[in-house]
Parts: sequence; structure tokens; C-alpha cells
Amino acid sequence: MTDATTIDGPYQAEFDDYFALLKPRVMSLVVFTAAVGLLVAPVGVNPVIAFASVLFIALGAGASGALNMWWDADIDRIMKRTQSRPVPSARVTPSNAMILGLWLSVISVGMLGLTANIFAAGLLAFTIFFYAVVYTMWLKRWTPQNIVIGGAAGAFPPMVGWAVATGGVSVESLLMFALIFMWTPPHFWALALFMNDDYTKAGVPMLTVTHGKRVTRRQILIYTVLLAPVALVISFTSIGGPVYFAVALVLNALFLRGAWTLWKRREEAAEADRYAAEKSVFKLSLYYLALHFTALLAEAGLRAFQLNWAAWPQWV
Amino acid sequence: MGVNMAIVHETEAQKSRKKSNMLLGGVLGGFVLLVFAITIVKMVDGQNMEAYDHVLRPALEEAK
Repeated sequence: MTDATTIDGPYQAEFDDYFALLKPRVMSLVVFTAAVGLLVAPVGVNPVIAFASVLFIALGAGASGALNMWWDADIDRIMKRTQSRPVPSARVTPSNAMILGLWLSVISVGMLGLTANIFAAGLLAFTIFFYAVVYTMWLKRWTPQNIVIGGAAGAFPPMVGWAVATGGVSVESLLMFALIFMWTPPHFWALALFMNDDYTKAGVPMLTVTHGKRVTRRQILIYTVLLAPVALVISFTSIGGPVYFAVALVLNALFLRGAWTLWKRREEAAEADRYAAEKSVFKLSLYYLALHFTALLAEAGLRAFQLNWAAWPQWV
Repeated sequence: MGVNMAIVHETEAQKSRKKSNMLLGGVLGGFVLLVFAITIVKMVDGQNMEAYDHVLRPALEEAK
């Protein structure tokens, strides 16, 4: 490295560098979905316990982020999108990233167990294991289905939040899991369509690399079609309602239209306008998830003030 | 190594280390306060923290 700061000796890792290891942007999504899972549950939780529990769930997500960056430093160094991460840019040593990840895993799981309950802590431990070991170490470099199965790791937080409140699993928490699980593939593959070069260079078996963009476009459509009923059926559970149903109806119509457009598009057309449609579907997918969970939160708020509609059908 | 200079002026590396240490101190302090708050909440909520300790405890009997 030819950096002016190296005059003082080797680079000293700063607080910010370690914080970046925890993937703050992923953490903020985890905070949101876990908090919704906790708040929509039928059992009330003390605000201090709820705050601390969400914090420890986020810390667990951060721990798996650090473990991911430790293990993936070699491919992060190759991909443009990830080159500036703390380990590939040599601001944090790989072993320090690993140590931080392991300790934060222990602390987050242990503290969640003490704060909430053993079941929630166990589920968090499994989430960290799933992301760090099953996804990062095993699936990511081995199969183009990496995104599909790895998506489960991102889908656990609302289930953990629900478990903090109820101490268990239910149809509602499984459906929230399924919503994120089914949403992840179209979301990531839309990104992969216009980030293809990065994955090719790093040798990550993304679907776009192994089976081409034509297949990827078809898979996006298939998953979006399967996602819609999952999203809509939540309307008719104890956490759904007319507000959620209306939001889900609009968002799924938009997402299906986007997936249909991507499926019909030819590669030449996409290259001609620099993947404008792919980028807009990717952006839409971000709103899609955020607004579904916001709508669930809104339904919980309405229930709290007893403004819910008694005639609304509830299947489970 | 300019020892004298290091005493008079803080180098950039020292400054940034100091900043990192302060932030880490803040995080640890916050963690202590959080654990304290959790403890208070659990006690106020009246969770049963007594357990069998070789003698009869009326409080435990009533809790059943």
C-alpha cells in the first residue's frame, strides 16, 4: 500500500473499520424485520426487553457479517462492489474479523437467552450458523442455488422477534419467514443481472454465470409468481387485515409486472439501456419488502387501538 | 522514532486510536447500563428468582 498514513507505522484499525465488519446496512434491515416480528406478536413485551432483544438480534446478524467477511476476503478482493470492505482493503486482519465474529456470536446469543428466552436464543444461534457456515462456507461457492437457500438466513429475524414475544413458532411467524425467503431470489438475481461481471471474475456460481441470463430471467418470474400467494395469504392470519391486503395487492401486482418485463426482455435491449428495467425492479424489490413489513406494523397499530375490522376473514 | 515529538504532539495514529478507545468505552458503558436496565425490569415484573436452597421457603410454596 502506498498510503500517506503508513508513515506512522502500520495502519491502526479504527472503531469504524470494525463497525463496517458488522454490515450495518444488513443490520438495519434485520433490526426492522425483527422488531416487526416482535411487535405484531399477540403477546406484549416490556419496552426495555423488546429494545434489548432487537439489539442482540442485530448484534447476532453483525457477528455473522463479520464471519462472512473473514471467510470471503479472497473473493471480496476481486469484486468491485466489495473491494473497499475492511478485510480486503487491509484495514482489519482476517483473524481479527474472525475473533470479533465469534465473540459477538457468543455474546448476542447468550444475552438474548438471558433477556428473552432460550428458544429465541437458539433460533438466533441457528441463524448465525446458517449464514456463516451453511451459506458462506458451503453453498455460496458450490451451487447456483446459493441465493435461494442462503436467503433463509435473512428470513429468520422476524421469526426470532416473534419468538422473543411468544417463546415459540406459529403459522404467522412461518409466513413472515416464507415472505422474505421467497423474495430473496428475485431480489438478488435482479441485482446479478446487472452485476454479472463481478461474479464471473470472482468465480461465484451465480445463476447468471452458470446458467446464463435467459434462465435467470425465467427464475425471477417463477419466484415472483410463487411469492405473491405467500404475501397475500398473510392478510388472512391474525397479523393481517384490510390495510395489509391492499398494500400487498398493489406491491405484488407491480412486482409481477416488473418480473414479466424482465422475462420478456432480450439481452440486447437490456444492454442498450444499461439495464434500466433490471435496476428499477431491483429498487422496487427493496420497497416491496419494506412496505409489506410496514403494513404489518400498521395492522398491529390498528389492533392496539381496536380499530381493526371485525368482519375481516381470518383463516388461521 | 521521534520520541520527543511524540510527547509534544499527538500523531494522527494516536489521535485516531484515542477516538476509537473512547467509542469502545462508550459502547461498553452502554452495555453495562442496558444489563442494569434489564435486571431492574425483570425484578419489577416480579419474576420468581428464588430457588430451592436446602430449607423450606414459604414464598416458593405460595408461588406454586
